[in-house]
Amino acid sequence: MVKELDPNFRLEMGVVPEPTSVRLTVIDENSAHPLLDTTGDDWLTTMPHLLVREVTAVSILVALLAIVSYLVDAPLLDLADPARTPNPSKAPWYFLGVQELLHYYPPLVSGIVLPGLAILALLVIPYFDINLERKPFLTGTGFGAHLAGFWGFGVAAIGIFLVSSAAGAVWPLIGSTAALLLTMAMPLVLGRARGAGAWIATRSLPFWVFTWFVLSWAVLTVIGVYFRGPGWSFVLPWEVGIYG
Amino acid sequence: MYRSDEDSAAPVTPATPVTRVPSSERPQGFFGRIYRSIFRHSFQDTPRNRSLSVFMNFFLHFHSVKVRRRAMAFKRTFYLGGLTAATYFLLVLSGVLLMLYYHPSVPRAYADMKDLAYVIPMGSFIRNMHRWGAHAMVALAFLHMLRVFYAGAYRPPREFNWVVGVNLFLITLLLSYTGYLLPWDQLSFWGVTVGTNMMKAIPWIGDDLQFLLLGGREVGPNALLRFYVLHCVFLPLVLTVGIGLHVWRVRKDGGIYLPPEGQAPQTSNDEQSTIKGAALW
Repeated sequence: MVKELDPNFRLEMGVVPEPTSVRLTVIDENSAHPLLDTTGDDWLTTMPHLLVREVTAVSILVALLAIVSYLVDAPLLDLADPARTPNPSKAPWYFLGVQELLHYYPPLVSGIVLPGLAILALLVIPYFDINLERKPFLTGTGFGAHLAGFWGFGVAAIGIFLVSSAAGAVWPLIGSTAALLLTMAMPLVLGRARGAGAWIATRSLPFWVFTWFVLSWAVLTVIGVYFRGPGWSFVLPWEVGIYG
Repeated sequence: MYRSDEDSAAPVTPATPVTRVPSSERPQGFFGRIYRSIFRHSFQDTPRNRSLSVFMNFFLHFHSVKVRRRAMAFKRTFYLGGLTAATYFLLVLSGVLLMLYYHPSVPRAYADMKDLAYVIPMGSFIRNMHRWGAHAMVALAFLHMLRVFYAGAYRPPREFNWVVGVNLFLITLLLSYTGYLLPWDQLSFWGVTVGTNMMKAIPWIGDDLQFLLLGGREVGPNALLRFYVLHCVFLPLVLTVGIGLHVWRVRKDGGIYLPPEGQAPQTSNDEQSTIKGAALW
């Protein structure tokens, strides 16, 4: 956190009005010590150390993009024809998660409310106190209670996903929720002392919430891109190919 | 030593306004003077010149002069923010080249796509770069967001910059989406029709919003022109200013986020996460 300071500024300057180093020291009034970097970190000059890394990274990116662009042509279908609707009509891939939701819920819910809530959740992440501590969620005495609470919440959500849609069970969201619940319970099997079990047990609550959003979005998108065919029917891409 | 106005009864007479520099640092000859008029310092490898080459350079001054070694490690940030910005720069370049050939009118736009593919030298390559670059930028921006979240870099004092970043991601999506219509083929026409039909579901303002975006009730020549203007002028301006704000805030919020090291672990995620914290950007 940012500490409230009432700093004194001391300007130290050479007496010769020629190129000479100027040092500005900020002093904490309470401790009377200059605020110094006490991390013992190794500092490197941006020129050339950081710039070399940046140029290298960007060069590799440009090379990769150029190779892909040389080998693979961007798609171009027939001239747009309002009278001829392709089946299925798919949005660009990053919107196919939303379009997949559209299969289950009315447009107001799947196209507006749910994405809107997801964006709102993203925007307010830093302003929730619950996020700031990032305390381990499944450690110590809170382990059982937290796990039971999250499982109760998750099972209830799965129940809602089973019955809430006229188009049947919302399998993508059931899948992502179940995967997360099973992962959270892994410390029961693996132990919480070391290894993967310890890693899982020390994740924070926001970690789990955010991961659920990302996982759900990823599953919805993958299904929308690869597993949807004519009439938004479920198809297997290795049998019928990918519908654009 | 601070000298106030009262002290200056005996004024300090500057000997000469010429700065004293080592002879090896002085510009040599006519071209040396031109060179120095541009860069203001020599490129002899001295600590001072290393600092000046960043500090005095318009294009580099968003960087600090020195950076912690920990902060520039690839595995810390995967350079995702910087690579997103670099991809955007590539998209502007290739996009401007495409604009030299493209007419935002029906059905000329589609004919221009064919020209790019079969007539214009390197036309396919430029369009492919723009297309795959756009996908890369969406993906990189998303991965950048994931990395920042799992590092915990959104926490104070960087919370506002997280909000800026989320908005930049949304603008990136809008840019990609408005560009999606421009080839005016079946893919783009129906992709945009599906998306904009969703807008009608917004209560009260949905119909009007869709009308505003499309310039009509359905995707047609007006929509193509509006998407073109949004894609080539309005959204890039917003994104450029937004990226400037985002990078500026990184510096103003104390530089890139680094987890405390060598201290007792207070927050286990910082210490034990396989994806360790800190944004290069």
